[in-house]
Amino acid sequence: MLAKRIIPCLDIRDGRTVKGVNFEGLRDAGDPVELGKEYSRQGADELVFLDITATHEGRKTFAALVKRIAQHISIPFTVGGGINELTDVAALLEAGADKVSVNSAALQNPALIEQIAAHFGNQVVVCAIDAKWEDNKWMCYRSGGRIRTQKPLLDWATEAVERGAGEILFTSMNHDGTRNGFANQALAMLSERLSVPIIASGGAGSMQHFYDAFAIGLADAALAASLFHFKELEIVTLKKFLAEKGIVVRL
Amino acid sequence: MSVAIVKYNAGNICSVQNALRRMGCQSQVTDDPHALQTADKVIFPGVGEASTAMRYLQEHGLDVLIKSLQQPVLGICIGLQLMCRHSQEGDVDGLGIFDAQVKRFESAVHKIPHIGWNTIHNLSSPLFKGINEDTFVYYVHSYYATGTGVIATTNYIHPYAAALHKNNFYAVQFHPEKSADVGETVLKNFLAL
Repeated sequence: MLAKRIIPCLDIRDGRTVKGVNFEGLRDAGDPVELGKEYSRQGADELVFLDITATHEGRKTFAALVKRIAQHISIPFTVGGGINELTDVAALLEAGADKVSVNSAALQNPALIEQIAAHFGNQVVVCAIDAKWEDNKWMCYRSGGRIRTQKPLLDWATEAVERGAGEILFTSMNHDGTRNGFANQALAMLSERLSVPIIASGGAGSMQHFYDAFAIGLADAALAASLFHFKELEIVTLKKFLAEKGIVVRL
Repeated sequence: MSVAIVKYNAGNICSVQNALRRMGCQSQVTDDPHALQTADKVIFPGVGEASTAMRYLQEHGLDVLIKSLQQPVLGICIGLQLMCRHSQEGDVDGLGIFDAQVKRFESAVHKIPHIGWNTIHNLSSPLFKGINEDTFVYYVHSYYATGTGVIATTNYIHPYAAALHKNNFYAVQFHPEKSADVGETVLKNFLAL
């Protein structure tokens, strides 16, 4: 049975992990490699490292950090942030990343998804989408949630898959940092309409929220950051809870 | 022990080298025929597109070379697929080491690619020594192999070959280098063959 995945996300700034509340007020939560190793030991299924300031400041994710992560961690990991062109992707994969997530650059240049998929395969491309529910619709944002685009969530997600994205990582900006649960209705809509795995992001506050993301949101994986970083929730505890409620997880 | 990893135009080759290094085993990523022929063990890893990879192997004479190897060889992911007779991906003939066909997953219900941790069954090889039935390993692929020489299966949409074996050739569809402790055991078992 294919397991539902639990994915700690490590937001990176200057080589350190940070986590904001609604993308603001960043807090320092440790060394990415040490934290990654600890999560792997605890039973994390995958890791995501996002350079959250990359787009705004035009910075590239440091290949050196990715290389260090790849050397020390024996589970898959995705790297994102600051990926603007194919050469960025090649450098990150060369450094040892399993997948790359594209967000702003893909919104501005959707052909980037096709280029990455053609060169490295669909499985490498995670299309990260930040969207906000406003005026009765989900609209996509770019540049770390600072700039509103004209693309509705489902339209863009569908286009991304058609262009070759292997997974969709959907963050609800309304839910992110609130700890009130994931955007389950939007997740279920994406999961039912799209043929690729959906990763839920934004809003995890309790074990029940993860259950809901899988059972109601039909997500294939769920991602969280601060809940894990500050040891408020141990991954193994979460997985046991999910297993008892009938969700297939890797224990 | 000398371990050679086949260098070609597929991705994620250094992941295998990293995994071996974590186990204290040094390896060489190479396309040098002599180095590949004289290594104690050869690993043929990678992720990528089958017809592109196959073309590269042919252009560099690696297709003939890999088939002729006498020591234990371990194919991983696309390595496994390229060792089969034919792949639907790019409609390309493979190395033909395994009597198996590679086809694309088709489903209106299931997500494709098959990404994540899934269980392995019907384990019947020293490659899986110390590993229990129903253990989770990490997969990421859209194509699967089916045929003879199956030494482990996984069920996604339908059962398919999680691992294949013929003579000195072994191959796994999952990624041992990304499958935490279980993957390390598979690699250790391979090195002990």
